[in-house]
Amino acid sequence: MKKAKKPVKLAVTAIITIAILALLQNLLMPKYMTEILEGALITEYYREENRNHDVIFIGDCEVYENFSPVTLWQEYGITSFIRGSAQQLIWHSYYLLEETLKYEKPKVVVFNVLSMKYDKPQKEAYNRMALDGMPLSLTKIKAIQASMMEDEKFITYIFPILRYHSRWSELTSEDFKYLFRKDKITHNGYLMRVDVKPVTTIPQARKLANYEFSDICYEYLDKMTRLCKENGIELVLIKAPTLYPHWYDEWDKQMEDYAEENGLLYINFLKYTDEIGIDYQTDTYDAGLHLNLSGAEKLSRYFGRILKEKFSLPDHRTNEELSRGWAAKGVRYAEEIEKQYAELEEYGYLKAFNSRRDEE
Amino acid sequence: MLFTSYNFILFLLALFVLYYITPKKYQWLLLLAAGFFFYSFSGWDNVAYITVTIAATYFTAVKIGQLYEKQESYLRENKASLTREEKKAYKEKIKAYQKKYLLLCLFFDLGILAVLKYTNFMISNINSVSRLFNGREISFLDIALPMGISFYTFQAVGYLVDVYRGKYPPEKNIGKFALFVSFFPQLIQGPISRFDDLGKQLYSGHSFDFRNVSFGIERILWGFFKKLVIADRILVGVKTITQDPETYQGIYVLIGMIFYAVQLYADFTGGIDITIGIAEVLGIKLKENFERPFFSKSTAEYWRRWHITMGTWFRDYVFYPVSISNVMMKVSKFSREKFGEKIGKRVPVYLSSIIVWFATGIWHGASWNFVVWGLLNCLVIVVSQEFEPFYAWFHNKFNVRDKFLFRVFQVGRTFLLMSAIRMLDVYRNVRVTFQMYGSLLTKWNIGEVFNGALMKLGLDKSDYIVLVFGIIIMITVSLAQRSGSVREKLYARPDIIRYAAYVGLFVSIIVFGAYGIGYDSNQFIYNQF
Repeated sequence: MKKAKKPVKLAVTAIITIAILALLQNLLMPKYMTEILEGALITEYYREENRNHDVIFIGDCEVYENFSPVTLWQEYGITSFIRGSAQQLIWHSYYLLEETLKYEKPKVVVFNVLSMKYDKPQKEAYNRMALDGMPLSLTKIKAIQASMMEDEKFITYIFPILRYHSRWSELTSEDFKYLFRKDKITHNGYLMRVDVKPVTTIPQARKLANYEFSDICYEYLDKMTRLCKENGIELVLIKAPTLYPHWYDEWDKQMEDYAEENGLLYINFLKYTDEIGIDYQTDTYDAGLHLNLSGAEKLSRYFGRILKEKFSLPDHRTNEELSRGWAAKGVRYAEEIEKQYAELEEYGYLKAFNSRRDEE
Repeated sequence: MLFTSYNFILFLLALFVLYYITPKKYQWLLLLAAGFFFYSFSGWDNVAYITVTIAATYFTAVKIGQLYEKQESYLRENKASLTREEKKAYKEKIKAYQKKYLLLCLFFDLGILAVLKYTNFMISNINSVSRLFNGREISFLDIALPMGISFYTFQAVGYLVDVYRGKYPPEKNIGKFALFVSFFPQLIQGPISRFDDLGKQLYSGHSFDFRNVSFGIERILWGFFKKLVIADRILVGVKTITQDPETYQGIYVLIGMIFYAVQLYADFTGGIDITIGIAEVLGIKLKENFERPFFSKSTAEYWRRWHITMGTWFRDYVFYPVSISNVMMKVSKFSREKFGEKIGKRVPVYLSSIIVWFATGIWHGASWNFVVWGLLNCLVIVVSQEFEPFYAWFHNKFNVRDKFLFRVFQVGRTFLLMSAIRMLDVYRNVRVTFQMYGSLLTKWNIGEVFNGALMKLGLDKSDYIVLVFGIIIMITVSLAQRSGSVREKLYARPDIIRYAAYVGLFVSIIVFGAYGIGYDSNQFIYNQF
C-alpha cells in the first residue's frame, strides 16, 4: 500500500511544481499592456475567433503601423490581419507565415521587404517579441533556431521563466492585473497612433559598401515564395512609404528583379506617395519613420483598391456574420481613436507610447 | 560544459536514465564514456592530456605491481633457501626498481601539470628579473590549462604512490582505471578521491534506489541553490570592490572580504554538493570535502574542515614523505645538534609545513598571490602553535574556553583571518592586497556604508534581500548539520514537508538564481585550480 502511494505522491508533487512554475511564468513574463505594446502583437492572432482572412500581412513596424485592416474592411470588405512585430526579420516572417497557414489559407500574403537588409539577428528583445507569443510547435522550434543570438539559449524560449525569472524584483500591478487575461492592444494587428510629428529633415542616407541583399535573406524569400505557391497564395512584396530607414535604389532594383523573376507583384509605395495622398506634415507620428492613423488609413485605402482589382478579392460586407464581427471591431476602433485624441488633449502625448521607442 | 549550463543538466538527465537501464555489469563503461564525452567539451587537446596521464600512470602502476608479484613469487619459491638478509636485500632491490618507475611517472605526470600550469608563471618571473637588467623578455606560451588537470593529476599520483607503497594492487583493466581518473562529476573541482575508496564503487554497478536518488537530487538542488542564488549573485559586489582597489578602500575592503568569503564558500561547497549529489544519484558515495569550516575555532581546525580531500592528500603524499625523507632526517639531526632539542625538533616540522603550504599555494594557482596565500596560512598555523603555552596560561587564568561568547569570538576571529588571507585570490597582486590590508586598518570610512554606498556595488535592494535570505538558509542548514544529516532529518519528517522543501528549493533556484542573460556565465572558482 505504502509503495503504491509513492508514485502518486511524486506525480502530485510534479503536477504542483509544474503548476507553480506555470503560474510564476505567467506572472514574470512581460505583459506589454501599458508600455512597449509591440510585445503583445504576435499573440493576439491566436485569440481571434474568426481566423479566415483574405489578406495576411507579415513584416516589421512598416506593416503593423502603416496598414489598417478596419479601413480595408470598411472601404472594400476585405478581411485581413497583420502578423507584424517590432523589427521582424525575414526568418521570423517566414515562420510566422508557416505558422499562420496552419490556421488558415489567405488569398494574399503581403510581405514588407525592409527586413531584407538584415542578415543576422539584431537584438534579443525583437526575437522575444516575435517568438514568445507563438504557441509551441515545430514551426516555433525552427523559428527559434533560426533567430537566436549567440548568447541566447533555446530552452529559454520553450520555458520563458528561465529568461524572465529575474523580473520578480520589477513586478508591477500590471503583472498581476494581466496575469490570466490580457486586453486587446491592436486592431487585427494594427497598432494605432493618432498623434502627429511632422517631417522636418530627413537624415542623409549613408553610402553602403555593399548593396547586395545577403544569400540568407534570399533563401528565406525563396522559401516564402515557394510556400505561397504551394498553397495557391498570391505573395505581394511591398515597401511601405516611410522615409527612413532609407530604402536605396539598389535595393529597390533587386526587389523589382526578384518580383519579375518570380511573377510576383512588388509595390514600392515610396514612389506613389502623391497618389496615396500622404502628407508627411500630418500623416506620420515620428517625423517619417511610421505613419499615424491618418497616413495608415490613406495607405490602406490605396492598397485596398489594388488588392481588390489585382486579386479579385470579394467584398464580404454582404456577409452578415462577418459584418457583425467587423462592426464590433469598428466600434472598438472608433472608441480607441476617441480615447487617443482625448489623451492627446489631456496630456499632449499618448501615455502608452511615451517610453523611449526603438527606431523600428 | 559548465555544471550550471542547460546542456549539462540535459546530459545528466540522459545519463541518469541510461545508467539505470544499463545492465550493472556495463554501467562503469557508460560512466567512462560519459566522462570522456563531458570532458571533450573542453577541447580534444585536453582529452589527449588526460589520456596520456591515464596511460602513463596505468602502465607504471601495473609494472610496479608486477614487481611486487615477482618479489612475492621469488620469496615464496626460495623461502627455505634465503637468509633474512638476502630476503631484505632482494626486497630493497625490487623497491629500488619500483622507485625508479614511480619517480619516472611522477616526473611525467607532474611534469605535464608543471609545464602547462607554471611555464608562463616562470616566464613572467624571468622577465621581471630580466627587466631589472634591461635584458630581453621571453614571449609567453600560448597554452591553456586543461580543465581539472590539478585534480585528476593528484588523483592519479595518489593512486600510483599507494600502489608503490603496496597499499593495494594496481587495477588491471585500463578502462576501469581511466574511469577512476576521469569520473566526470569530480573531474573538474574534486573532491580528490582515493582508489581504494572510489574504485570498487565505480565498478560494482548499482540498482535504482529511490532513497539514494532522491537524496542525490536534493543535494544537487542544494548545490545549485548555493551556486546560483548566493555565489553568482554576490559575485558582482566582489568584482566591483576588488577590481577597483583605488576606489574601494577602508570599510569596502572588509565588505569585499566578507562578500568573497560568502561567494567562495557558496561556490565551492555548492559545486561539491552538485558533484556528490550526482555521484549519489549514480549510487556512488564520494568523500565529503567540507565540514562547516566557518564554524572552526582555529586555523588548523579550519584546514581540517575546508577542502578536506586536498588537505589529506597533501598530508599523505607530501607532508609525511617530506617529513620522513632522508634529507629531512639529516636536517633534523643537524638542527638538534646546532639549536638544541627544543628548537631543533621544530625545524623539520616547520620546514615540511612550509614546503606543504608552498605546494598548496602554487597548486591553487600559478601566481605569487597563491604562493603568499599558502605561506600566510602556514605562518598563522605556526604562530598559533608557538603561542600554545600562552593560550594554556590564558585559559588557566581566565577559564573562558567553554564560554559561548569566547567560542563565538574564536569562530569570528578564524573567519576573518581566513577571509583576509583569501583576498589574495581576488586582488590583482600581492602588493595591492597588502595595501588593501593597510587601508582596512587605516582608512576610517565606515560612515559611507550608511550613506547608500552598498547600493553602488552593483547589487540592488532585491539582490541584498535574496542574499540575506539565502545566507540565513545556508547558516541554518549548517547549524542543523551539527546534530546530523539534514537530509536524514528531512527524510524522517512527513512526506508533505519533504516534498514541499524540494519544490521550494527548486522554485527558488529557478526564480532567484543569478543566471541567464544579464548575468555572466560563471565558471566555478575551483575549476581554474
